[in-house]
Amino acid sequence: MLHEPATVGPAARGPDASPGSAGTARPWRSLLRWEGALLVLFVGALLYGGAETKEFFTQNTVFYFGNNIGEVAIMALPMALIIITGEIDLSVASMLGLAASVFGDLFSHGVEVWLAMAIVLLVGAAGGALNGFLVTRIGLPSIAVTIGTLTMFRGLAEIVLGNREPTNFPAYLTKIGLVPFPGTKLSWIFVFFLVLAVVYAVVLHATPVGRSIFAIGLQEQAAFFSGIRVKRIKFRLFVLSGVVCAFVGLLDAFKNASVRYDAGTGLELNVVAVVLFGGISIFGGRGTIGGVVLSVLVVGTINEALNLINVTQEKQNIVFGVLLLVSVLLPNGADGFHRLRRRLKRSGRSTRSIGNQQYLPQEATQ
Amino acid sequence: MTSIVDMPLHGAPAAKSHRVAETLSRVRELTIVAAVLIVFAVTTAKNHSFAHSHSIQEILTGTAIIALLGVGETLVIVTRNVDLSVGSTLGLSAFEIGDLFTHHPHFPVPLAFLVGIAIGTATGAVIGLVTVVARVPSLVVTLAALYIIRGYVNVIGTGVQIEPSSIPSSFQKVGYESVLGIPWLFVIVVVVVAVVAWVMRSFRPSRDLYAIGSNPEAAALAGVPISKRVFTAFVVSGALAGLAGALFLAEYATVDATGGSGYELTVVAAVVVGGVAIFGGSGTVVGAALGALLLQTINQALQAVNVAQFWDEGVAGALLLAAIAFDRLVAVRAASALRAKEGATYVA
Repeated sequence: MLHEPATVGPAARGPDASPGSAGTARPWRSLLRWEGALLVLFVGALLYGGAETKEFFTQNTVFYFGNNIGEVAIMALPMALIIITGEIDLSVASMLGLAASVFGDLFSHGVEVWLAMAIVLLVGAAGGALNGFLVTRIGLPSIAVTIGTLTMFRGLAEIVLGNREPTNFPAYLTKIGLVPFPGTKLSWIFVFFLVLAVVYAVVLHATPVGRSIFAIGLQEQAAFFSGIRVKRIKFRLFVLSGVVCAFVGLLDAFKNASVRYDAGTGLELNVVAVVLFGGISIFGGRGTIGGVVLSVLVVGTINEALNLINVTQEKQNIVFGVLLLVSVLLPNGADGFHRLRRRLKRSGRSTRSIGNQQYLPQEATQ
Repeated sequence: MTSIVDMPLHGAPAAKSHRVAETLSRVRELTIVAAVLIVFAVTTAKNHSFAHSHSIQEILTGTAIIALLGVGETLVIVTRNVDLSVGSTLGLSAFEIGDLFTHHPHFPVPLAFLVGIAIGTATGAVIGLVTVVARVPSLVVTLAALYIIRGYVNVIGTGVQIEPSSIPSSFQKVGYESVLGIPWLFVIVVVVVAVVAWVMRSFRPSRDLYAIGSNPEAAALAGVPISKRVFTAFVVSGALAGLAGALFLAEYATVDATGGSGYELTVVAAVVVGGVAIFGGSGTVVGAALGALLLQTINQALQAVNVAQFWDEGVAGALLLAAIAFDRLVAVRAASALRAKEGATYVA
């Protein structure tokens, strides 16, 4: 990923978060801080929504909350893993569009629904494999590769579907956009998110594979020399991302009961923002699935509250942008404050040049 | 990545490696020019009207704004940062100028350009300040800025349509008139590219940008004021995005809250196609501008041969992948060539 020259440490989350502290020694102390803040924000968002409009605490809100944030939420899960390894996948939303378009095309040509869905998932795997191949085998930077495939997948979607808008999907599929999951008030797509989130949390936080993912993000070479198959894991994560996004493409098609080639355009930046807001470091090696889930809850709740008082999506982005900025400013601001205080203390005792030298080793730790 | 490129050191072997680096970037630029010419020739062979001045003008106008944004983006990417806010800054600037003309019909035209540049400079300064003072990754800061600025434009711009009738005709002329067959828009951008290219090549502060991108730690140890330089890069990028907003309004004579949406990734794509390494340290603004020209030429060419918009994006994406793969190949070759050369010098 992008290594910042002017930034010390991998997006330090708090003054004591030196490189390696989160992944290894005491993960909970520094992590709880951010997840705790998100939890407070979530409660705050709920209270705000309730105060702003009477309709907020109704079953409808719960349903539409999940229905609206669902696609971004699911795509955020593989994105989180990829960002933790220090890479990024900007092609997710285009893969969503391509998958939906391929399904629409196959369906309109009379291909059996389940077969079409299987083919779509294969397309997702192939797209992800292309990303993974270019990043791990050819050694290209993932941000450039996936901007390329972002454009390319969207172009392919356009080629496949053109101006057509296939519709008339079977009612047992399109109902996921209309009725809640049986026995709950939640929308289908949000239930899929919750189930996947549990799976991802277990894999990332309780299995050797998860440990490897953190290790790669913290120090790729060290991970490699300790026997982790760095390239293989990264490759598989890109394939996984492709498959999941293709799956989201299907959900999106069913939810809307129709397909356009431009489905999900521009969502990639929302996905990245949700992941980063959830406390996943852009430098890799740091973050939790719990944080991403909380981030989804906060963003989704605020969106829904603002929807109810008729604030358009575009205007809501201001709130989102501010939250994103605060989420990186607060921890780094605290860090910067401590650094400044330390430096002031030192310069009281010694000359300025020593103060400057003190600054350098820190810079070099990255 | 290609940290060997553009690392001016002192002494004989270093001078040699500097020459290799310059040759490389020149080869790179010539490759793009060749690609543009090939695309142009092939398309003209299929559709003779493509060589008409009209479609050439269309290519040049289409290139202008992306190339202008690409110049600023290059400065930022060279320092290992990225600026995703350029599209929304363009939108803000275009909208504010349009709004200004709507309320003050006799506002002086040259001043309107300055207003655009000032708006861009201000947003660039804020973004740069947050990035270097709070030491926050620029990807996150500029992503947040993108949302905030675009949201703000929506707040002030919802339901407001800037009418072409309220834009002074002398301002619009910049958008459609041409001098010797070359659109004014393009002339302005060429001048900017030339000036920035000269500055980037010849002055110490701008060489510092390459040093920062090649190796931040080494640059810090060598006494390069990293924060100051990175801040400046963001300010320049913002200012050029502001100017691009003015040109955008001049070209289309109308703008709504979505003006310039999605430009950020197009600009990054053009810059990368133009040979600017995404991990910083190498690449030229001329290359970035040529990258924009190539993408735009292909765009127009596909329309001219009637594969229409359908193939457009697919080809652009594939081209970007090919470009970075090609860069990688050249970098690997160049690295081994340099190693061989310098090894020989040391033995002697």
